[in-house]
Amino acid sequence: MKFTLSWLKDHLETEASLEEIVDSLTRIGLEVEHLDDKSALRPFVIAKVLTASRHPDADKLQVLTVDTGDGKPLQVVCGAPNARAGLIGAFAAPGTYVPGIDLTLSVGKIRGVESHGMMCSERELQMSDEHNGIIDLPADAPVGTSFAAYAGLNDPVIEINLTPNRPDCTSVYGIARDLAAAGLGKLRNGPIVPVQGAGPALVDVHLDLGDDTHLCPGFAWRTVKGVKNGHSPQWLQQRLIAIGLRPINALVDITNYLTFDRGRPLHVFDADKVSGNLTVRRGREGEQILGLNGKEYRLGPDNVVIADADGVESIGGIMGGEYSGCDENTTNVVIESALWDAMNIARTGRTLGIITDARYRFERGVDPEFMIPGLELATQLVLDFCGGTPSEAKVIGYKGHTPKIVQFPASEVKRLTGIDVPAETSLDILSRLGFKPQGSGELVDVVIPSWRPDIDGKADLVEEVMRIHGVDQIDPQPLLSHAAVNGKILTTLQIRTRNARRALASRGMMEAVTWSFISEASAKAFGGGQSELKLANPIAADMSDMRPSLLPGLLAAAQRNADRGFNDLALFEVSGTYEGNTPDAQRRVAAGVRRGTAKLEGSGRHWSGNIGSVGVFDAKADALAVLEACGAPIDKLQIESGGPAWYHPGRSGTIKLGPKVILGTFGEFHPKTLETLDVSGSLCGFEVFIDAIPEPKRKATRTKPALNLSDFQIVRRDFAFVVDKAVEAGAIVRAALAGDKKLITGVQVFDLFEGASLGAEKKSVAIEVAIQPVERTLTDEDLEALTKRIVESVGKQTGGVLRG
Amino acid sequence: MDDLVQLESVLAAQIESANDEAAIEAVRIAALGKKGSISEKLKSLGSMSPEERQLQGPAINGLKNRITEALTARRNALKDAAISVRLEKEKVDVTLPVRAAPAERGRIHPISQVIDEITAIFADMGFSIAEGPDIETDYYNFTALNFPEGHPAREMHDTFFFNPDENGERRVLRTHTSPVQIRTMENQKPPIRIVIPGKTYRMDSDATHSPMFHQVEGLVIDKSANVANMKWVLEEFCKAFFEVPSLKMRFRPSYFPFTEPSLEVDIQCDRSGKEVKFGEGSDWMEILGCGMVHPNVLRAGGLDPDEYQGFAWGMGIDRIAMLKYGMPDLRAFFDADVRWLQHYGFRPLDMPTLFGGLSA
Repeated sequence: MKFTLSWLKDHLETEASLEEIVDSLTRIGLEVEHLDDKSALRPFVIAKVLTASRHPDADKLQVLTVDTGDGKPLQVVCGAPNARAGLIGAFAAPGTYVPGIDLTLSVGKIRGVESHGMMCSERELQMSDEHNGIIDLPADAPVGTSFAAYAGLNDPVIEINLTPNRPDCTSVYGIARDLAAAGLGKLRNGPIVPVQGAGPALVDVHLDLGDDTHLCPGFAWRTVKGVKNGHSPQWLQQRLIAIGLRPINALVDITNYLTFDRGRPLHVFDADKVSGNLTVRRGREGEQILGLNGKEYRLGPDNVVIADADGVESIGGIMGGEYSGCDENTTNVVIESALWDAMNIARTGRTLGIITDARYRFERGVDPEFMIPGLELATQLVLDFCGGTPSEAKVIGYKGHTPKIVQFPASEVKRLTGIDVPAETSLDILSRLGFKPQGSGELVDVVIPSWRPDIDGKADLVEEVMRIHGVDQIDPQPLLSHAAVNGKILTTLQIRTRNARRALASRGMMEAVTWSFISEASAKAFGGGQSELKLANPIAADMSDMRPSLLPGLLAAAQRNADRGFNDLALFEVSGTYEGNTPDAQRRVAAGVRRGTAKLEGSGRHWSGNIGSVGVFDAKADALAVLEACGAPIDKLQIESGGPAWYHPGRSGTIKLGPKVILGTFGEFHPKTLETLDVSGSLCGFEVFIDAIPEPKRKATRTKPALNLSDFQIVRRDFAFVVDKAVEAGAIVRAALAGDKKLITGVQVFDLFEGASLGAEKKSVAIEVAIQPVERTLTDEDLEALTKRIVESVGKQTGGVLRG
Repeated sequence: MDDLVQLESVLAAQIESANDEAAIEAVRIAALGKKGSISEKLKSLGSMSPEERQLQGPAINGLKNRITEALTARRNALKDAAISVRLEKEKVDVTLPVRAAPAERGRIHPISQVIDEITAIFADMGFSIAEGPDIETDYYNFTALNFPEGHPAREMHDTFFFNPDENGERRVLRTHTSPVQIRTMENQKPPIRIVIPGKTYRMDSDATHSPMFHQVEGLVIDKSANVANMKWVLEEFCKAFFEVPSLKMRFRPSYFPFTEPSLEVDIQCDRSGKEVKFGEGSDWMEILGCGMVHPNVLRAGGLDPDEYQGFAWGMGIDRIAMLKYGMPDLRAFFDADVRWLQHYGFRPLDMPTLFGGLSA
């Protein structure tokens, strides 16, 4: 919402400075977004051309001497056809920024002749599009004084960022009312005198909306005969230009002016172009209208239109039609001031893609009680500017406005804001804003003005009091703490999420945040793509499906980095994945991807030894590190061969807790998966389902279990078992551990060997078994018996035999 | 006596020229072994007259001691020399680079770090962290938050929708973290003090808007929380977050469907230099929206607005991260460019705490 200072002062009697006004606007919730104090036009002065002669080297240029008022005529080269001795115009000296050509002038030579400035056209000063010649002022224009002041261009323009709840401030008058309430001056709120019209209107209007009368709750109009539609007055044109509107002709300018002045959109039809009478009705499928903006719109029954016998003449409350619009030949007019349904206007505007000042106001809510005064005001301006004979005003459909009444306990201000405002002060503020408190005291019925559809309850009235009384009057008050020392704040899942992040970053990985939505192909490659997880309106085709896994996003990110020349990198993300559209189907997952040689210990070549390509065991180590950091029962986890289909079937694993709970997967990727995602290189990755890790058991105390250290020395024995290649090392370790649950405290795999000497389908797995005597030092016989049990257990479980 | 002097000088010369342990040992045996030259001399004491013995005894024993000492000294000197040689051989070029530790290479994303900073501050003020789903129903995202039918946010050009289900209901990607307010009120009796960080989604994409972004929401509900308390909480937060001793804030009346009264908050800053400085200067920067929870929202949460009251606020995590740490473009947050992560990311052990300074 834009307006000028002088325009505001039409409605606000005030001594306040521009700065005070601007500060107050922001303070009461009408945030000033931009202020143009027009200082840019200050350097332009009124100057007189003393002499004009042909440029020696150019037919279309003249060399002028120009008096800028200081008695030292300047030489100026000018190309304007109307430049002549005696002309008085607007002059810009070197160093002046000329907005219309976006240029700061300097002394220049034009075809060999020095030019010390410029005589300007209206377009160069952004006053209008006029550029056929330089500005040509009356002979009495005072040479040497400010052109902007003379031409009324020094009127500061204020733009406020209006919140959608304030339709009343889509008008300069409404803004003045708010400022007056805030103590900035007095609102000039004289009555609007109805025009004395006579005789019936030339055109009749009917409402044809069936039961949906709410779509047009009122329609007022009158006709004016014998108007002369020329230019509107200079002052009005200047105001329209100042707020960015183009003056067109008096009739159109009047409707635009009142839209901003009073928040009252209007339309004027050329009555002679209306065929028969006008009907307000729903649009018909396929009906079209050529809008005033020159664009064709296709209408339907969801739109409300004003139509005559030939078709649609106006999209109600949004935009008039080109055909019945007014031009310089218009002599008889229909002035329309109507009410429209805010929701329907908003929807119609959106579906048709039309943004107009009328729509802006109607979709927020136009004051119904100003429909008729608005018509009167418009008629008066038409008579003032264009003459003519008005008919009587007609109104149909309007049932009058029933004001809302809100019960207002004055104590509510203190309750919600914390500040003491006396009841009288609150009621006085409300009265100044146009509310009508019924009586006085602690509990008052307040009648809500017709221009404030946003006010529904007492909290709304508190806001009115607060913003006018001043938010800065409210002193901060501490929010008292519930406890001196706060207890644990985070949930287990939140702690685990944080720990997972820090653990993975500590492993040399970088945390990425990738899109929650990925392409359909990527989603399907990772088990997703369900219809309930597809966006109806994705922002891009490859951001259409909620991700079933963090891996596709990370793999794509790794590839983007590789494409930039960074081949060795490790990325992770701890975030949500989506198995369905319900809250419990959103998982909390930690995932990571390593590419190239980005292993834990480093990457790439190094004098101390080069790092090889990443593989399944790097991913496994990452996954286990996350589980450990999240407090999963590491000693109870089972690792199973193989994982979901997107992994390499022979180089992937699944981490389980018991037969059902899957805590994670890891591995290298299936070549087809990589092909689908269009990524390449050595890659491995993992996912850990943090939300599947069971809550730790609550313990009564924080005491750790007692530490029992054995007095007897630990014994280590090595075994090498020859087994079938398919036998998993994990099975051998488990079998060895089963050899003696009490004495064996650990089993390490320290060597793997495959070779022709063992046979093609065999391998050797060497383990070191740690044996911790408990009660006494073990004798040779004890150890021999234990060894035998280990060998037997491994043999029984895996078919392994001791390597000879 | 002369032969003792001579023997000593011979032995001393032999010790001096012994260049390894074996040579020293040979000298020792030749002098002090069973049949060594000094041992022989000692043995000869027995056959001497007492007077002669009195004279020769100390002389021979003295010789023995001096030779023993000389042997030990020579042996130690040789050992030291051998160690020196070995050490010299073992010298390496310590300027060769070592690999950086994993914890030095890894990075935490600025969004996670800032969420941890926010958590540290609000946890200190007694707030807990609440979370909620990204995929929301129309009810939680709009209706319960007092968004009127026909509000522009409910249209396809602002909000991501899923296809309607069998009941015709369209789920949405939440456009703000505010649905968690309702979910919390439904599950927890006041007093409520929560902050809600999380992902949010809107149909927007430019340097400062992204279709996915992060918000943090705050909610306080009890029987007395008011605008004055809200101002205090937000001022304390902003000072702590931007790590400045004082910071002017400007609360402007504004509008949000889910609060009444509603306010927008600007913070004091200085934009005259290359970097934006907070807590000084004469510019204002909009940082958050807030207000008293709208009575309709309290009702939607099952609370009586005449009994309970409270305030809520929301701000962009990505935005305040950009403001504090100076990232120019929001889109880079989601690109996972390792150069960006390396530069703007945080070390894994840089855990934000209040006692250690959030970012110090």
